[in-house]
Amino acid sequence: MSTALEHPTYNYKVVRQFAIMTVVWGIVGMSLGVILASQLVWPELNLGLPWTSFGRLRPLHTNAVIFAFGGSALMGTSYYVVQRTCQTRLFSDKLAAFTFWGWQAVILCAVISLPLGYTTTKEYAELEWPINILLTIVWVSYAIVFLGTIKFRKTSHIYVANWFYAAFILTVAVLHIVNNAAIPVTPMFSSSIYAGAIDAMVQWWYGHNAVGFFLTAGFLGMMYYFVPKQAERPIYSYRLSIVHFWALIMVYMWAGPHHLHYTALPNWTQSLGMVLSIILLAPSWGGMINGMMTLSGAWHKLRTDPVLRFLVVALSFYGMSTFEGPMMAVKTVNALSHYTDWTIGHVHAGALGWVAMITIGSMYHLIPRLFGQTQMYSTNLIAAHFWLATIGTVLYIASMWVNGIMQGLMWRAVNPDGTLMYTFVESVVASGPGYLVRLIGGLCWLTGMLIMAYNVYMTTRRQQSINQPLPQTV
Amino acid sequence: MDTGTVRGIVVIILIIAFVSLTIWAYSKRRKPDFDEAANLPFADDNNPSDRDNNASHEAASRHDKGERNT
Repeated sequence: MSTALEHPTYNYKVVRQFAIMTVVWGIVGMSLGVILASQLVWPELNLGLPWTSFGRLRPLHTNAVIFAFGGSALMGTSYYVVQRTCQTRLFSDKLAAFTFWGWQAVILCAVISLPLGYTTTKEYAELEWPINILLTIVWVSYAIVFLGTIKFRKTSHIYVANWFYAAFILTVAVLHIVNNAAIPVTPMFSSSIYAGAIDAMVQWWYGHNAVGFFLTAGFLGMMYYFVPKQAERPIYSYRLSIVHFWALIMVYMWAGPHHLHYTALPNWTQSLGMVLSIILLAPSWGGMINGMMTLSGAWHKLRTDPVLRFLVVALSFYGMSTFEGPMMAVKTVNALSHYTDWTIGHVHAGALGWVAMITIGSMYHLIPRLFGQTQMYSTNLIAAHFWLATIGTVLYIASMWVNGIMQGLMWRAVNPDGTLMYTFVESVVASGPGYLVRLIGGLCWLTGMLIMAYNVYMTTRRQQSINQPLPQTV
Repeated sequence: MDTGTVRGIVVIILIIAFVSLTIWAYSKRRKPDFDEAANLPFADDNNPSDRDNNASHEAASRHDKGERNT
């Protein structure tokens, strides 16, 4: 990388590395998603091999999209935002470089160990204990770099985006360490220190807060910087952003039990989780409205700026899935939706519609600036990516709604004599067409990501041509 | 004092903390500070050393400062 590209104050090198890996891991993670969607349509595609079976590739898919794609995006953008809003260089360049290479090493360990079948069986925390220890070291280093940069800031305020990023970093550290507490038995096998219903409660305290702090607070940090930046106007209400922050982090912690309705968990815990999940609608929508209203008076920009379109549609999907979530947390609704494809549809409304869209919009703002340009190589390709992503998400979630509600109704249908009306396999057969539509939605997404990769490659190439030494007179 | 009472008191403290926070955030006194904070994403745009302004400016200026490339 040419030194001419270096910013005089900021460390952009580590941001560039994370930004490029965001695109790379996005393609890897979504390709795995497409393979899994194909396996559900044509089960023969598991090739009869243990390493390519659904059960082993599925955790690889979730780890790749959440921690590799989402994690790289969060670490890269947080380093960029914290430097620019604190007007100071990262606390330590060496430690920042360590977080990049360490994070990539953790992901590579996941890519190798998960298909080989090493798993703790804890959802979204499948990695075995040696990898977990490496992840802890990398994460603590990340916290030191980020919080150290805030400490040595040149501005008097800590901008709200940094509050969200800091909450995400600290909470994920606590969640990861508590949930992965285990007794090592062999080099690649450990036993959780929790047992029974407590193990389940700790796992979903972790699991829901991974959604709340990794996939929400972190990306809200991204939203609070990149939406004002791309709309070229400050956030609608800074006061609301403060109330939004404290309300969100106070309430999210308690919503985990809604993943365990009608299980061995005490009934009062389930009801408490349900009530707090419903309350969570208020801070979620407060944040969404704050982001949306930032565009008031600038809505015309959506006609010409596909980057802004990505960011605004992300907020719309955020609003939609944070309404759907509390609704599904109501026990009577959950009785229908739980264990069906509706859950998968809900997750992807959040993961594709919110997380991936806000990431991609932010990347399209960020990448040209990191490579010394003002905009991407092609705006038309961004617009094409936008439509592929939007149509892909709609196909995905609509097919999963239909499948999920159908499965829930089929499983609970009883004959007048009290016997079940349908066998389980009948509901699987009936789900076939939905799985095909979901695959098409996934293919739209993957195509969009490949277009993004080409656009990013051409943008970085153009930068290289700018940096060519020009002919000079002596 | 039993556990239930302690929990009840904690809930009341949290409610008071949240209401005070909201009143603090919406007090008129805080407005100038928050306006300044809200503009932080744009604060470093006027910095002449900032690369974001325009890469082509820099490429053009390099005609005159060729020695920077060596």
